Amino acid sequence: MISPHPIAALIGILIVALSIASGLIWIERRLLALWQDRYGPNRVGPFGLLQVLADTIKLLAKEDWVPPFADKPVFIVAPAIIMVTVLMSFAVLPIAPGIIISDLNIALLFFLGMSSLGVYSIVLGGWASDNKYSLLGGVRAAAQMISYEVFMGLSLMGVVLLAGSFSLVDIVNAQRRIWFIVPQFVGFLLFFIAGLAETRRLPFDLPEAESELVAGFHSEYSGMKFGMFFVGEYLGITLVSAMIAVLFFGGWLGPVLPPLLWFLLKMFFFLGLFILMRASLPRPRFDQLMAFAWKLMLPLALANVLVTGAVVLAFFR
Amino acid sequence: MFSIVRTVWDVFLHSFQRRVTRQYPEQPAYLPPRWRGRIILSRDPDGGERCVGCYLCAIACPVDCIALQATEDNTGRRYPEFFRINFSRCIFCGYCEDACPTYAIQLTPDFEMSEYNRQNLVYEKQDLLISGQGKYQGYNFWRVAGVKIGGKDKGESEREEPPTDLRQLMP
Repeated sequence: MISPHPIAALIGILIVALSIASGLIWIERRLLALWQDRYGPNRVGPFGLLQVLADTIKLLAKEDWVPPFADKPVFIVAPAIIMVTVLMSFAVLPIAPGIIISDLNIALLFFLGMSSLGVYSIVLGGWASDNKYSLLGGVRAAAQMISYEVFMGLSLMGVVLLAGSFSLVDIVNAQRRIWFIVPQFVGFLLFFIAGLAETRRLPFDLPEAESELVAGFHSEYSGMKFGMFFVGEYLGITLVSAMIAVLFFGGWLGPVLPPLLWFLLKMFFFLGLFILMRASLPRPRFDQLMAFAWKLMLPLALANVLVTGAVVLAFFR
Repeated sequence: MFSIVRTVWDVFLHSFQRRVTRQYPEQPAYLPPRWRGRIILSRDPDGGERCVGCYLCAIACPVDCIALQATEDNTGRRYPEFFRINFSRCIFCGYCEDACPTYAIQLTPDFEMSEYNRQNLVYEKQDLLISGQGKYQGYNFWRVAGVKIGGKDKGESEREEPPTDLRQLMP
């Protein structure tokens, strides 16, 4: 199932993904405000919608400064990497029948690989800044992302076993009878937590931890380079929410409403859930974070794969 | 583990609670009558300036933001030649109001005095003087003080006995 107009799909997805990512900044601020009994930005434009535009203009007008002690080429490349890797993953995302850029047969592996590459952005950014807080943030990011990647991949193996394919389109089509959230509930929980950690969202925002590391890996960044990190993070959240919808909630499948709408509905539900997590949960200590990953999540993921594999082997051959 | 889920749920329930933010310019803040805000100079019931230029407010001011120069008119009545308050220094402590013996200087419930130019925060006498009496109605310093000014001799003030002539004091 290849898109009839690949170029149109490419441009459309690029524009929509970027606008959702930047619009998400507004959504997040409004939702956080709602849950903290405030209003949030509501002055610029209708409901404060133009706040993002105003912030972007401010960022663009800022001096594009590279600290004299920084490793200049790496410092400049680092923010671009996160944007590139996340946007690459959108290429394999099946949004609706016919709205997909490339239906790879290893789409899931491609997604995992690209999200792993994203860590380079953080580590290189932290390293090139030549600042102890940035370096600490980068080191934390590396440790955290490697730890959570291990069971992120494993948590999805149950889905792959049930669908019998790495292609995301096949995975969605395999959920016509029942969404994978039901047989793979543990896998969903694991992937959700790993997704939070992978996008460095609260409560797993230790790489940037404002209260202890100033801003972690992007302390030294300003202007649009900082903006790239920012939009990259929100693109990552959008991507993980979309992946959750595709892998566990049947992607575009759903009654009555058109497929595209179903996909967006599910995606925005998880975006809201991500923001709710940020609004409610405190940040753990770093050793707690690592212990949580290796001592609880990894064994759970392995057990999930084991049980799912056994069930598939016993009943669905 | 359960406590985490419960936290998330409790935070979600805040969606249905009233927001505590006051949309300030549209819903102005309530300021009690004794609010210590913008400083004014009031007038007595006859419309004359209450300030007698005693410098007590300038001395009481902990940040030295009040400057004035006293002078006298041809009737012997003291008044400030200039009276200047630098509101970029003022901390709105209200000591000047406490120190004032004539109820002239008063703090009002108004804080909306932002300026783009710092120099505009220096208020001169014409900016400070109001036409009314402020918080203390009916008080006229010159009418109760035993001071001789034009049109009022010694002993003609309210609740003041005529001065005793010491040479006429017989046992």
